[in-house]
Amino acid sequence: MYTEKVMDHFEHPRNVGELENPSGMGTVGNARCGDIMRIYLDIDENQIIRDVKFKTFGCGAAVATSSMATELIKGKSVQEAMQVTNIAVMEALDGLPPVKVHCSLLAEEAIHAALWDYAQKHGIEIAGLKQPKSDIGEHEHEEEEEY
Amino acid sequence: MKRTIYLDNAATTKTKPAVVKAMLPYFSEYYGNPSSVYDFSTPVKQAVSRARETIAKSLGAKSNEIYFTAGGTEADNWVLTAMADAYKDKGNHIITSKIEHHAVLHTCASLEQQGMEVTYLDVDEDGVVKLDELEKAIRPTTILISIMFANNEIGTIQPVREIGAIARKHGVFFHTDAVQAYGHLPIAVDDLNIDLLSASGHKINGPKGIGFLYIRTGIRMRSFIHGGGQERKRRAGTENVPAIVGLGKAVELAMDTMTKRTRYELKLRDYLIRRVLEQVPYTRLNGHREQRLSNNANFAFRFIEGESLLIMLDSKGICGSSGSACTSGSLDPSHVLLAIGLPHEIAHGSLRLTLSDETTKEDIDYVVENIKAIVKRLRDMSPLYEDFIKKQNQ
Repeated sequence: MYTEKVMDHFEHPRNVGELENPSGMGTVGNARCGDIMRIYLDIDENQIIRDVKFKTFGCGAAVATSSMATELIKGKSVQEAMQVTNIAVMEALDGLPPVKVHCSLLAEEAIHAALWDYAQKHGIEIAGLKQPKSDIGEHEHEEEEEY
Repeated sequence: MKRTIYLDNAATTKTKPAVVKAMLPYFSEYYGNPSSVYDFSTPVKQAVSRARETIAKSLGAKSNEIYFTAGGTEADNWVLTAMADAYKDKGNHIITSKIEHHAVLHTCASLEQQGMEVTYLDVDEDGVVKLDELEKAIRPTTILISIMFANNEIGTIQPVREIGAIARKHGVFFHTDAVQAYGHLPIAVDDLNIDLLSASGHKINGPKGIGFLYIRTGIRMRSFIHGGGQERKRRAGTENVPAIVGLGKAVELAMDTMTKRTRYELKLRDYLIRRVLEQVPYTRLNGHREQRLSNNANFAFRFIEGESLLIMLDSKGICGSSGSACTSGSLDPSHVLLAIGLPHEIAHGSLRLTLSDETTKEDIDYVVENIKAIVKRLRDMSPLYEDFIKKQNQ
């Protein structure tokens, strides 16, 4: 069902983890639907993405698209990262099954959410970047505590 | 060769070699049409009758109450559709539960579009239908109660005898989808007050594409498949003779081995459940602890998603299934897990493992070790787990 590239990025995901004091962090998705992606960015003074880490709760495609998205933006400028669309992520993975296309959209949104956080914190504007609509923030999935 | 540990016996089972052997002569040797008059077809006719008798005996029913179908799904579709039509003079109300197989639920949804009224009963947190609510749901217009014998996902066994007694008391027919239970639990239709029962061949080491419907004498259900006089004019189409013979053989084997087999599976299942719950934190067992199928274990692992887990288990040669949205092809996780009250995010992390008589203790040990490692790996990359641990440390 998945391409070899997807399986490779799922079984050996790149850049999994967290960053302490990230320049920007974004979390998108919804635990109800079974996908949450979080991206951490470390951006230097020249607006180059020095490091990127991710954490994902989701299916094989969600993990693979997160992994590929981080690979595509690592070492790039903020403007270049804005060009990494869900189509670019999918193409880099040699395609996704139709039902999994939303995973790649989530990866794009996660990058944008992290960049938005960076822009807000540093008081800068990034051309073409809009406030992420699906950033779930810290508090929205608290009800899952009770078990 | 890659090791394969098949723990998805609720999805389908291996066709036992003895079953295949019994079927083989009915492809190229005894291939006559059972409806034909010549003597060449006599052994074919007899083979179909023998299979029917074996099945009837297994249920304490009469041979002429057993109707072969193309499987459990057809049997469920047939019962609901034909009963709705046959008893429309009496009423237009059916009672079922929220945890039925889609063969029942989707047929009910289709009937609703044609004006039927359907009550979908809630279940408790173990997946058991509430008897008082069942009784309250009965109306003068109720024509049928359809409650599954045992659930395919969480393995919970329903209080079938009590449900049947309530149905009988109110003069309502009782159908049970016994696809998961038949061959695994003793079923006597008279004792359990069952009027109609669906079952399938490939869940009990028989071939795929064959099943049957038990219809108690006196129920005036009509044909669902039109085009011939087979099955006493109630199910048209030339009989799938090799599959019918295979089903008969599978039933014979299942009945002979039931006590020993289910005792063996139950012991292994309890070992699996105990070890997983001990070894993997933040895990729960879904379904009733005791009133469950002898081969069913269903877990929910918090903070992870089921499809990831399945793919990683697959890379270790372990076959299981999940109720996560990604495996159901929709955004919602399994309707059964939601009906027992699991929050969406926990239902996404479910894993069903269903054993067989060929499963060994070594298999279980291997599976538990892999589950442990994979769940840890997935949690290490889960933002939900990260948040949970941070909160714990505060």
